Amino acid sequence: MRYLPHTPADRQAMLAAIGVKNIDDLFADVPSQVLLDAPLDLPMHAGEMVVERALTAMAGRNMPMGSAASFLGAGAYRHHVPAAVDHLIQRSEFLTAYTPYQPEVSQGTLHYLFEFQTQVAMLTGMDVANASMYDGASACAEAVLMAHRVTKRDKAILCGGLHPHYREAAETAVQFIQFEIDARPADPDAFEDMAALIDGETACIVIQTPDLFGRLHDLRALAEAAHDKGALLVVVVTEVVSLGALTSPGEMGADIVVAEGQSIGNALNFGGPYLGLFATRQKYVRQMPGRLCGETVDEAGRRGYVLTLSTREQHIRREKATSNICTNSGLCALAFCIHLSLLGETGLRQLAQINHGRAVALADHLADLDGVEVLNDSFFNEFTVRLPRPAAEVVEDLVPRGILAGVPLSRLYPDNPAMADLLLVATTETNTDEDVAALINALREVL
Amino acid sequence: MSNIYFTEDHEWILVEGDIGTCGITEFAQEQLGDIVYVELPEAGREVVQNDEIAVVESVKAASELYAPVSGEVIESNDELTDDPAKVNVDAMGDGWFFKIRISAMDELENLMDKAAYDALVAGQS
Amino acid sequence: MAGPETVTTNSGHRGLDLAETLIFELDSPGRCGVDLEQAPDLPNRLGGLERTAPIGLPGLSEPQVIRHFVRLSRNNFAIDAGLYPLGSCTMKHNPRLNEKMARLPGFADLHPMQPVETVQGALELIDSLAEWLITLTGMPAVAMSPAAGAHGELCGLMTIRAALEAKGDAREVVLVPTSAHGTNPATAAICGYRIEQIPADERGRVDVAALKEKLGPRVAAIMLTNPNTCGLFENQIIEIAEAVHGVGAYFYCDGANFNAIMGKVRPGDLGIDCMHLNLHKTFSTPHGGGGPGSGPVVLAEALAPFAPLPMVVRDGDGLTLVEQKSEDLGTAGSFGRLKGFHGQMGMFVRALAFILSHGADGLRQASEDAVLNANYILARLQDLFSLSFPGPCMHEALFDDGFLKDTGVSTLDFAKAMIDEGFHPMTMYFPLVVSGAMLMEPTESESKASLDQFIASMRHLGQRALAGDSEFFAGAPYLAPYRRLDETQAARKPVLRWQPQAKEAAE
Repeated sequence: MRYLPHTPADRQAMLAAIGVKNIDDLFADVPSQVLLDAPLDLPMHAGEMVVERALTAMAGRNMPMGSAASFLGAGAYRHHVPAAVDHLIQRSEFLTAYTPYQPEVSQGTLHYLFEFQTQVAMLTGMDVANASMYDGASACAEAVLMAHRVTKRDKAILCGGLHPHYREAAETAVQFIQFEIDARPADPDAFEDMAALIDGETACIVIQTPDLFGRLHDLRALAEAAHDKGALLVVVVTEVVSLGALTSPGEMGADIVVAEGQSIGNALNFGGPYLGLFATRQKYVRQMPGRLCGETVDEAGRRGYVLTLSTREQHIRREKATSNICTNSGLCALAFCIHLSLLGETGLRQLAQINHGRAVALADHLADLDGVEVLNDSFFNEFTVRLPRPAAEVVEDLVPRGILAGVPLSRLYPDNPAMADLLLVATTETNTDEDVAALINALREVL
Repeated sequence: MSNIYFTEDHEWILVEGDIGTCGITEFAQEQLGDIVYVELPEAGREVVQNDEIAVVESVKAASELYAPVSGEVIESNDELTDDPAKVNVDAMGDGWFFKIRISAMDELENLMDKAAYDALVAGQS
Repeated sequence: MAGPETVTTNSGHRGLDLAETLIFELDSPGRCGVDLEQAPDLPNRLGGLERTAPIGLPGLSEPQVIRHFVRLSRNNFAIDAGLYPLGSCTMKHNPRLNEKMARLPGFADLHPMQPVETVQGALELIDSLAEWLITLTGMPAVAMSPAAGAHGELCGLMTIRAALEAKGDAREVVLVPTSAHGTNPATAAICGYRIEQIPADERGRVDVAALKEKLGPRVAAIMLTNPNTCGLFENQIIEIAEAVHGVGAYFYCDGANFNAIMGKVRPGDLGIDCMHLNLHKTFSTPHGGGGPGSGPVVLAEALAPFAPLPMVVRDGDGLTLVEQKSEDLGTAGSFGRLKGFHGQMGMFVRALAFILSHGADGLRQASEDAVLNANYILARLQDLFSLSFPGPCMHEALFDDGFLKDTGVSTLDFAKAMIDEGFHPMTMYFPLVVSGAMLMEPTESESKASLDQFIASMRHLGQRALAGDSEFFAGAPYLAPYRRLDETQAARKPVLRWQPQAKEAAE
């Protein structure tokens, strides 16, 4: 077995040094009636080629996005990740290190986490960011819990345009504590006056922009209304590349910004692992969940970094911790940090313009099709179209043509008949003009 | 009879009239190590004996302070917010946390005097 | 002759130890490390929200970025470089085949919302891994979506709470041993439960008599780690399970230490109702400097109907994803959704590659070797170090600072001196049930030669400490990339990000 170094002679020598006869003497504390005396009835060990063949066969029974003309989004986006990113994150020193609890031999990790926190704070327009969370949806749930701690109030209002997975994650997180969630109904055709809903009991209002349907929201008035009532404004961003083109949530008055960071540096991976971004105002930093990295000096006076403010965390605070979270999304944060370093200010802004420009062009093409209506006035790289027949069927019809046309909203709202004909279409820099032509031609045939 | 009392949670209260000044003991600050943060109560808050009232944190530990007696918080030592190290330097003096107007003087009877507290510490160290 | 400490360099570099600044301080405005096409020249539809303020990101070329991160990486210790005996963390070898498989476009380039008929292989992979976990644990069901161990705990306790509420009896208390991971009480609190602690007995195990006294109709569950955080198997576990079930409570097991018992004992045979597995510990997915992890939760029959969404289920000849509560599909009782999409697919691929490579025989052998290695360390150090509880241990050996009493050397100092010897320190000050804990977990990945070298270094340091050389320990590490860092300063005046003015001030 290639991963196990001991020879039978090694094992015998070690058992002798310990002073026992056989390995099961070391399992003496296991009740004998449950100690297994033979391997379980499962396949035995296998060489690299055998394993590779089995897993490659499974991979072959999928349709990778890159093999199709693909327009899926809804919180996960296919962007080009430069080759340097994947090379660097596979360096042993990053890949096979633990959480940086011993800072003298973990400065590599701590240094990039400090850079990552700075990048996230800059992008969102906030003062501080943490070292990442599991994903955008779980970060959203954590934001609601944080607003509960900060305001000591017991209600959150979730806008109707919030991604259903984010809404469900927040509802799950608070279901067993004294806290109420007012999740507003989703309506792709209209906007609800969210400010009117805020009252003196509201801990926070959670709004997504671009929202699930792709619409953009100016949050300045809403921020003011929330602050007037002592509530926090939580802003959710599921496509973080959009921040290269849009006024940041921080500039519009957000108190907490959570985002899905997958778009920068990370592959789609069928939904995970992803990268939760979490940023807030300086004054709330001690109520923030998750790990934080801070600057300090070593004994020789060199600038260095440590995990800090850890008294907020579970291993010290136990049941009084701000969150039960233990791990972050370290390697995904590194990929984000490297990709964003490669892009830089000009690269990210240019990338955002390409995404938006391609979406504008695609929206125009789609609007030209008979029976197709683009619902959005505003959008970044994703928008909603109404088709003349159920969108899920149209998506199915296009699969054999090598086209993944988008996310039918019935997948996210199966019980809402008003969503049946709606298709969410996203485009990024990875879509070619040929992809767009293939989609338009195919829709012309099936609609 | 001395006017300083101690709790089992290693807090002290110095009583002058109906005003008690409270903090953590020398033993507690030594156990915690470098204090990096304190969270203090707002003046005007009414507390009942043993309510959680403040927080003190070192790099590796966090502890709650509990109200040694019932009453109204009349002042907090805001200097600790900027310079929590004062607790390490002078836990029983400049490092005080808050002052409280005592509403039930008889609750002091539940607390320890210096001799009893010293004996408690001797048993723990 | 000049020693290394007296040589100063003009660059600040020291041979291969290359000093590196923050990426923001390498900025050349306008420079870019990627080449992008021109954006289509069309009027924007950003609704008047176009960004006007600069973001502040630095501009660098690709070689600068590569050099920056390569230099940073060299300041990290890693399991690929040496023994990393962090107790309770299971720092085992991370096979590169896992990485290669996870990057197959048929897994990495799948969108989570593709039509299910285009992702049958992905669902098959999740289903295969689930089958292995079910068989290894002897439990009938598994929830795959939790993103990490603590997330798995949350999943487990929420499942338990949902099951109890369905009976109309949510209860109030969760029992947690004093030796538990800090995540256990934090998790119980989020589920609306109060914690009561159970003491350990003098053998480092749960005090069963004290436990039984606390059991009653108020108790929702017990959360127990087995093997426990002292590295010991809870030998009365079956009795504990029976007592817990006797009062209608559930038995949650923290499976962080499953690496000791793969193919040796099935938790299902011990009366456990619910247990998370850390794929990043037991099944070799990389720790990545702190994540991402993955924490599937195996469930007893009684808890399975309350598992989180989504679930992979058989549907005729194929597999499908159940993403909603549904009476028809048996998910009406689900407690809800924990995260976006379906789980840590990238970690599932790696874990299955590891499992298929080992097979049933190899996993069993891996656990046996992990236990053998820990006991070898225990046997070779116990005369010099203070063993907290008598052996045999399972996959980790727990010592405390008793032997350092009156030497002036603390567990922390000792750990820092290990760095100079070329080893990552063991877990320090955890579990909390002993003073100055030193928890050593070598894993099955270490050869006898590697362990012998480690043991020799530990004995050398132990003797040096006992000889009273406390000054040496207080200054360690001397040979690491950095000397000891000032954590007090970091916490008193937190600096959590780089600020542009800091750069100008430096110039």
